Amino acid sequence: MKYYDKLIFELSHPGRTGYSLPSAQQYPVATIPANLLRESKLELPEVSEVDVVRHYTNLSQMNFGVDTGFYPLGSCTMKYNPKINEEIANHPGFAGLHPLQPAETVKGAQEVIDGLDASLAAITGMKHFTFLPCAGAHGELTGLMLMREYHMARGDSARVKVIVPDSAHGTNPASAAVCGLQIVEVKSGADGLVDVESLKPLLGPDVAGIMMTNPNTLGLFERQIGEIAKLVHECGGLLYYDGANMNPLLGKVRPGDMGFDIMHLNLHKTFSTPHGGGGPGSGPVGVGERVLPYLRIPKTSGFHGNFGVMLRAYAYILMLGKQNVKMAGPFATLSANYIKESLKDCYKLPIPTVCKHEFVFDGLINDGAREGKAGATTLDVAKRLLDYGFHAPTIYFPLLFHQALMIEPTETESLETLDEFIAVMKKIAAEAAEDPDILHGAPHNAPIGRPDETAAARNPILKA
Amino acid sequence: MSKILDELLYSDSHEWVKVDGNIAIIGVSDFAQEEMGDITYVDAPAEGDSVAKGEDFGALESVKASSELYSPVSGTVVAVNEELEDKPELINEDPYGAWIIKVEMSDTSELDGLLNAAAYAEIAK
Amino acid sequence: MAGFAYFPHTEDDIRIMLERIGVRSLDDLYSDVPADFIYNKEYELPDALSEQEVRNFFDELGKKNTQLKVFVGQGAYDHYVPSVIPYITSRSEFLTAYTPYQCEISQGTLRYIFEWQSMVCRLTGMDVSNASMYDGPSAAAEALRMAVACTRKRNKVVVSTKLMQNVLDVVKTYLKYPDIEVVYAWDVLEELGPDVAGVIVPSICRHGVIQDLSGVADAVHAAGALLIEYCDPSALAVLKTPAEWGADIAVGDGQSLGIPLCYGGPYVGFLACKSEYMRKLPGRIVGQATDSDGKRCFVLTLQAREQHIRREKATSNICSNQSLMALWVTVYLSLMGPEGLRKVNELSCAGAHYLYDELLKTGRFEEAFPGRPFLKEFCLKPLVPVEKLQQKLLDAGFFAALELDGYVTFCVTEKRTKEEIDALVAAVKEVAL
Repeated sequence: MKYYDKLIFELSHPGRTGYSLPSAQQYPVATIPANLLRESKLELPEVSEVDVVRHYTNLSQMNFGVDTGFYPLGSCTMKYNPKINEEIANHPGFAGLHPLQPAETVKGAQEVIDGLDASLAAITGMKHFTFLPCAGAHGELTGLMLMREYHMARGDSARVKVIVPDSAHGTNPASAAVCGLQIVEVKSGADGLVDVESLKPLLGPDVAGIMMTNPNTLGLFERQIGEIAKLVHECGGLLYYDGANMNPLLGKVRPGDMGFDIMHLNLHKTFSTPHGGGGPGSGPVGVGERVLPYLRIPKTSGFHGNFGVMLRAYAYILMLGKQNVKMAGPFATLSANYIKESLKDCYKLPIPTVCKHEFVFDGLINDGAREGKAGATTLDVAKRLLDYGFHAPTIYFPLLFHQALMIEPTETESLETLDEFIAVMKKIAAEAAEDPDILHGAPHNAPIGRPDETAAARNPILKA
Repeated sequence: MSKILDELLYSDSHEWVKVDGNIAIIGVSDFAQEEMGDITYVDAPAEGDSVAKGEDFGALESVKASSELYSPVSGTVVAVNEELEDKPELINEDPYGAWIIKVEMSDTSELDGLLNAAAYAEIAK
Repeated sequence: MAGFAYFPHTEDDIRIMLERIGVRSLDDLYSDVPADFIYNKEYELPDALSEQEVRNFFDELGKKNTQLKVFVGQGAYDHYVPSVIPYITSRSEFLTAYTPYQCEISQGTLRYIFEWQSMVCRLTGMDVSNASMYDGPSAAAEALRMAVACTRKRNKVVVSTKLMQNVLDVVKTYLKYPDIEVVYAWDVLEELGPDVAGVIVPSICRHGVIQDLSGVADAVHAAGALLIEYCDPSALAVLKTPAEWGADIAVGDGQSLGIPLCYGGPYVGFLACKSEYMRKLPGRIVGQATDSDGKRCFVLTLQAREQHIRREKATSNICSNQSLMALWVTVYLSLMGPEGLRKVNELSCAGAHYLYDELLKTGRFEEAFPGRPFLKEFCLKPLVPVEKLQQKLLDAGFFAALELDGYVTFCVTEKRTKEEIDALVAAVKEVAL
């Protein structure tokens, strides 16, 4: 990657144009009262079409994507994004549909929604899905609204608490708070799993439900989930499934069978749609029998959700079919365990049991610390990986470990890729042991070195 | 080992209090600034705002963390250290010099519930 | 086992990996899952299709949709999409990247978000913009929550019923569950009071009338509340900006800036504010920084506001943005420039006024809001049965005359030709009076 230091505004030359619009004015001129018109000059770039194409092509070349290389980012499921998905998303039969068109003119679009709904229901064991949420956190919010609707409909208004494990994604407590719920944290045990005995005293008539990720953010299957579901249901609460970690269960385990009442899926994780540098995603919310009557109540986005993302996910599911779906989760789990077992001699493995799609190391076993020299941290390992052409794992999450390094390889990577990554991780560990400064200065080969984030936050420059 | 000044009182949420008559001068301890790392922003109340013991009156932000500030006493804010607006790093450089607010106390007996230096040293580690 | 293009595992690979792990079978990797929860049945999914079969499948579904000339807006506008945009946004370095957490290898994403933020600020006149929201309606709801967070001890918001229906629906949903009081009013100024944190009004109302917001900001500020303006960003090339009206927060949907209709999404919301409210802005923000060699670079900044740090104390739970759609808009605005965007408005406005006059001439409509200014969208009072009118238009290949509050609404963009407008008017004339 090479460094390119322009902003589009810096290419601007007054009088240059990059647009092509009909020139002939065929209508009488329409005027708008002067007091309603913009007063200030609009300072947009004035550039030619070729300027625009080259500028953004240059920008793209400072970016790393799944198509560039291995992206073992924990909890993000950076699997390969099939190209047929893109072709279908841009299909002319769908691109021009207005969201408010009469039902009889959008029968094909409705079949996409219905077909995807039925497929996701089959995969998860839920009854039906709403596709309004545009992202995972948006799904959580919608799902918690459904939890509230369920209790409100029963006149059970005292249920204002939601139980969230300490290992949960940060969005869980944030979504609950935004939905007007109080958060009660339940501790994980030494085995990294929700401790049922700690949970019991928290349950009562004020509990709306529990939010769980299974496998959890340590990549461990919450094997007590049957007991937890029984306890929560007995106390009158509901179970919410955070689908961010659904990938290892794809084709193997269904959240509905575990007792979950509400869940969201991240189509941009489990169902192979591209992340797009942070979106658009899609976070459909599925419900079981109990919550089904309320499914259409929360309107959390403007029209029908991110339909373009739904087209992609449906194309992926049709490619998978009932035959290939059975192998998705197991292969993802195989890859994660293979890396874990291959690197546990160089990186601290706090929980050595079989993992699912991801696992967490707690930093280097030998960080190279010595008299007068600090050891290499997880951040240093992450930055050094960039030099070797890999994206870094998720770092410093979950919060349960100080040097957390969370690795999720997914099912789409070959053995050769995994072996290359393992070799590089071992090389980095050796470098740290020899001289941690090699890591402290990393990355050495990226378009930029490490930025001064403190100065950026103290004196924010947020626009050109 | 972080620095703890003998002449100050402390809360268990790591604020320090210097008492000057019925005015409480409030900042955060050396331990707190070390834990936060480079502070990038101080969210402070305005003069005239009322604060209550144990309730948050603002927050500190660093690049990777955010921490609420809890008032050790109740009363009215009579001064705000405006220098911190542009130079939040003063809290890192001199935590006991960089006071955040001054509060006219409504109940000085609340001071009795605070920790002395020795007691605070037990929790600031 | 038959090969599958997205799973590279051969039988040998699987054997080697299982040996390294020290288990005998793939099933052993699920030994921690209680047997009751292993799904051993066949999934109720279709048989796996080949790529060509997937194409054929969607070709067939596509044919079940009717392709219409769109003469309706209501939050989704059929503007022209420059050919460059999909080529840029489908570059896999942009498309297949995650959120730019590793800034050293994400400068492409970070730079275009910085450009997006800059352009949103230039369009709206605001000081600070975030990296984008899911869509306009959810951005409006987040802005109201933000107003509550900005004003201490105020817990009521006033929502103008002049907003479009989908904005009202989402706002109502978002504010139903937390402890925020919501008042809906046609005239928001009548509802001001000491407990009001924020007021949201549209710059163009649901009936298409451009709003004269003179005095609104002064009244809202005098009551100690924040003014939020919901706007069509495309129209801001010609209409008075939220900053010029005195608003504190500007929100809206970026779809009108070159994003295809695509049955309602993905679109992109924007949320921008005056600098004094910067620390309460939800979502991601990109800032300029300097790297270890002194080079200009860009990073995610002010993250202490966000959910992954503040957890239950966060103002918003938003985690991602609609990054690729923000790129879509940024490329659009780069191509259009100030002149192109002005021209889009002039063409749309002239076309809409031409249609308005021609429709009135048919005698099938009366003016709904005589003398009130409009840009590209307007309402008329129908003098013929609406169902018959709509059916006639559908039969002629038009989506137009959507019913709204007892009126019918129309919209004309620069994409509509004079021939199309004339054909629509001809179809209207076939509806018996």
